[in-house]
Amino acid sequence: MKSARSGDARSTTMKASPARTSRWQTIFYSAAALISLVGLAEATYLTVVYLSGETAVCGGSADCAMVLGSSYAHIGPVPLSGLGALAYFSVFAFATFSAFGYAYARKFFSWTILAMFLMTLYLLFLQAFRLHAFCRYCLFSAALVFLLTGLVVARPAVGTQNN
Amino acid sequence: MKRALPFIVVLTVAAITVGSGLFLYQKKRPANAAPITAKTEPDAPGQIVHTLGPENAPVTLEEFGDFQCPPCGHLSEPINQLQKQYSLRVIYRNFPLAIHAHAKEAAYAAEAAGKQGKFWQMHDLLFREQAVWSKSPDPRALFNAYAGMLLLDLDRFKKDMDGPEVQQQVDLDQRRGTGIGVKTTPTVFLNNEAIPPTQVNPNDLPAMVEAAMKKAKPSS
Repeated sequence: MKSARSGDARSTTMKASPARTSRWQTIFYSAAALISLVGLAEATYLTVVYLSGETAVCGGSADCAMVLGSSYAHIGPVPLSGLGALAYFSVFAFATFSAFGYAYARKFFSWTILAMFLMTLYLLFLQAFRLHAFCRYCLFSAALVFLLTGLVVARPAVGTQNN
Repeated sequence: MKRALPFIVVLTVAAITVGSGLFLYQKKRPANAAPITAKTEPDAPGQIVHTLGPENAPVTLEEFGDFQCPPCGHLSEPINQLQKQYSLRVIYRNFPLAIHAHAKEAAYAAEAAGKQGKFWQMHDLLFREQAVWSKSPDPRALFNAYAGMLLLDLDRFKKDMDGPEVQQQVDLDQRRGTGIGVKTTPTVFLNNEAIPPTQVNPNDLPAMVEAAMKKAKPSS
């Protein structure tokens, strides 16, 4: 925790300039960036499927089409998967900048993941109690968000142990 | 160089994402977005066309649907309401997708009911009960039950469901759809013009029908 905070303290004096990052922080943010890349690929695919009007296929299950074709799957003309792609890209960008020592990016990184975590809980609620169907793409994305949230929660401990 | 590296990485990923997204979209789009029109292929000889509403209605709505496709199910009742509200001519064509295990059998059930004059009643029932039969290990038993509910001659219904006529009818519908570029369901045409897939939903369809009505009858 101490070293993580010392990183933040450095950032307040260096503003947007990159600060030195520990090896573990670099590994941590690189892992987060890789996870977000997977999510970005999936969300981009679903956005393309939505925009081209195709029916999403989950191994022959109709549940995907039921979830992704529901009224909850878009806000006006904007598909939720598009917003998801934007969120994953943001996480990737913040993680990359954090890995290179940009301390301000770390705050945005955590807040973006928190927002995604809350949105994921809401979407899981919708699938379980409103639509009574689960889409495997959505569940995979939820798993990625939980993994990212777990990383954020574990981050102070990593800093304490290794610095 | 090291300071510029994160910018380079992020911008590269953005470019790859947008590029691959556009590439995938272009690959998927042609069949859906091509200006397909429903009249490019005449009905095959002997093909039965299921219609609702007046022959000379100013607007004809033609749907290529799959009884197991949830968005088609969501669209069924709104289309019925629009048909009544605007006196539309509605045509339903079977386009069972291979990804839906029971879609073809459901289409056979609708066609078999049609042979006893109750296609639309079975059509509505199949969509209303979609969540039930689509998850059933034995949907055939449910289709038979629906036939009973509609007071159909059950023996004839069962025989027709397995008969070549009904299966050929579904194949003809599907071939027609494929011939004019239908790839997914629901694909809807208004006066032979395909509605963009993103607008084929209960929220946007009424406005599209309204616009088609105004186009067909500009004075009203």
